[in-house]
Amino acid sequence: MTESYVVAIDQGTTSTRCIVFDRRGQLVSLAQQEHKQYFPKPGWVEHDAMEIWRNVERLAPRALQRAGITSDQVAAVGIANQRETTVVWDRRTGRPLDHAIVWQDTRTDALVHELAALPGAQAVTDRCGLPLATYFSGPRLRWMLDHTPGLRERAERGEVLCGTMETWLIWNLTGGLHVTDVTNASRTMLMDVRALDWSPESLAFFGIPRDMLPEVRPSVGVFGTAVAAFPGVRIGAALGDQQAALFGQTCFTPGEAKCTYGTGSFLLLNTGTEPVRPENGLLSTVAYQIAGAPATYALEGSIAITGSLVQWFRDQLELISSAPEIETLARTVADNGGCYIVPAFSGLYAPHWRSEARGVIVGLTSYITKGHLARAVLEATAWQTREVVDAMARDSGLALKTLKVDGGMTADNLLMQIIADVLDVPLVRPLAVETVSLGAAYAAGLAVGYWPDLDGLRSNWHIAGQWMPAMRPEIRETEYAHWRRAVERTFDWIQPA
Amino acid sequence: MPGTVQSIERAAAILRTLAGGPGRLGLSEIARSLDLAKGTTHGILRTLQRVGFVEQDRVSGHYQLGGALLHLGTSYLDINELRSRSINWADPLAARSGEAVRIGTVLEGRVLVVHHVFRPDDTFQTLDVGSLLPLHATALGKVLLAYRAGGATAAQLDAYTRKTVISKRELSTALDQVREAGWGADVEELTLGQAAVAAPIRGYGGLVVGAIGVSGPVERICDSRYRPRQHLVTCVRDAARAVSRDLGAARQ
Repeated sequence: MTESYVVAIDQGTTSTRCIVFDRRGQLVSLAQQEHKQYFPKPGWVEHDAMEIWRNVERLAPRALQRAGITSDQVAAVGIANQRETTVVWDRRTGRPLDHAIVWQDTRTDALVHELAALPGAQAVTDRCGLPLATYFSGPRLRWMLDHTPGLRERAERGEVLCGTMETWLIWNLTGGLHVTDVTNASRTMLMDVRALDWSPESLAFFGIPRDMLPEVRPSVGVFGTAVAAFPGVRIGAALGDQQAALFGQTCFTPGEAKCTYGTGSFLLLNTGTEPVRPENGLLSTVAYQIAGAPATYALEGSIAITGSLVQWFRDQLELISSAPEIETLARTVADNGGCYIVPAFSGLYAPHWRSEARGVIVGLTSYITKGHLARAVLEATAWQTREVVDAMARDSGLALKTLKVDGGMTADNLLMQIIADVLDVPLVRPLAVETVSLGAAYAAGLAVGYWPDLDGLRSNWHIAGQWMPAMRPEIRETEYAHWRRAVERTFDWIQPA
Repeated sequence: MPGTVQSIERAAAILRTLAGGPGRLGLSEIARSLDLAKGTTHGILRTLQRVGFVEQDRVSGHYQLGGALLHLGTSYLDINELRSRSINWADPLAARSGEAVRIGTVLEGRVLVVHHVFRPDDTFQTLDVGSLLPLHATALGKVLLAYRAGGATAAQLDAYTRKTVISKRELSTALDQVREAGWGADVEELTLGQAAVAAPIRGYGGLVVGAIGVSGPVERICDSRYRPRQHLVTCVRDAARAVSRDLGAARQ
């Protein structure tokens, strides 16, 4: 019998990757292709959805070839995708009407303010678990309907379709199936997170015709069979990238959490089968849904500036020549020397949500060296994580026992130790670097019976490294108090004109 | 006697020009002062930049001497950089071999552990990044010693077990074997019942900047004749080559 494999398509913000995994969840081969970023105006970010689909078509045979396998050895394909990026296309020709608008795009800023003032705004927020923000796809879709001549009429006649990237890819893979999954739908503001379907009231609020939206399906379950890229292979799963990472980290039990440390960082906590109503600046989101079972929910805290603070230290201050050297520099001192950096470069996100805040470096004395600054840079990521973890505990009543970590910054041992110290829980790093694509592969493999159950996936997860908290409690409390005072000093910096 | 290498002479002249100049120099200025073609000069400058001997200002595009020249005597590769660049290869090595992985470099006559991946069996293990091991009694250390100019400089050859190599002559022979084979091992030389296999990590020009290896119970690492199992040796050497490629070493 020939060995079979599972393939993940990781459709990210800057690139698309196809990765082949074996039964033990080990990476067998990888093919990657970047796509063009369009910045037509300040604050606008766009992608060419057609370019992204062509990349998938090119990457699929390349990944299989590198693994030395053919598509009949692929048990299933799973998709993990950049979330909230939205595209509209012609149902008949399959051509996008325009570029996709990317999650980072802030063109809906004014629209979001207008919408927030309307009656019914609070009810929308309550139904979807998200605050009204430029981040999400609903306002984006409304903007397209408002700014594309004739689009609304065509949408009402059922001539155009919309979707986030997994919807676009599945449409192309299957030759015309128009579906989304609950995790991606939960980032639109249009879905009722309890009913797990589009809310007619929310659609009316945003003025979006139901006919242009895809059908909402569970994340884990066969969507259809591919006719392109992987002809004959079943599409077993689709998940938003951060939800895929949670799945790849096998956080299947309430209270289990993962944090992906990259340019920014995303902490997701499994909260079980009931959505938690966020009251402390976090997002409530669907973690995954296995076909035939109730959905599992998560709380999400996004930290805007973590790895990018290290990049700033390298590129703008030029105190180090490569990102890993931050650890070398930070280890030249024993502590922060009383110095704190709060990187509110474009305001503070979870859990504060203060758009008028700006970054500060406080506690400067003639004693402070660049080593202390490097230490303060690393500590900023740790304390921001602590603030999100505390907010999650208040919202969910679940106390974190360990934090599973992944992402590029896990190579920084000192940072990992500091995070374990300030959270006062062990940090564990799994023996799998690519948790996003692994999560998509796991979900797809589970859907087709390649892996038997969640326990089967858990047994693939192994600890590659662990950091135990070693900070004295009184120091932790004092330092946290200092950090909170530093955060207060960022408030009210930008004043209304 | 072999002749001199012209491009190295020119590289030396460029370094002297930069050292003697008032500050940063542009490509044309350097090319003009040495009467070299711009293309030739640019090629040499790019190579010098890659090895860290020259730095280019991001704004003006002008060149100056690089920081690496000041630290010629010490390790050129930052240890945290080494970990960061090897982490994607150390994980698959642990998965494939089923054993713990360590990466080491030389620090003051000992092996400094810069990265450690747990044996993937979820038993309780502790990260020992930062700990120091003896050079002559470990696979990592023997590999690092084998490729150091001057050879066996381990000051004192302490015995850790009956099998530890403690005579200078024997160690020298062992290091010859490492160079010959391209990998090294220790079989119960540091701890009874434990064995390890390691291979060199090379940077640009083939310079050995570290070693990567697996370690575990001797019955898992070795066959019945106390020789390291061939598939483990292959896994370790493949991982070492993959990291080396990432660090810019030529394909071997």
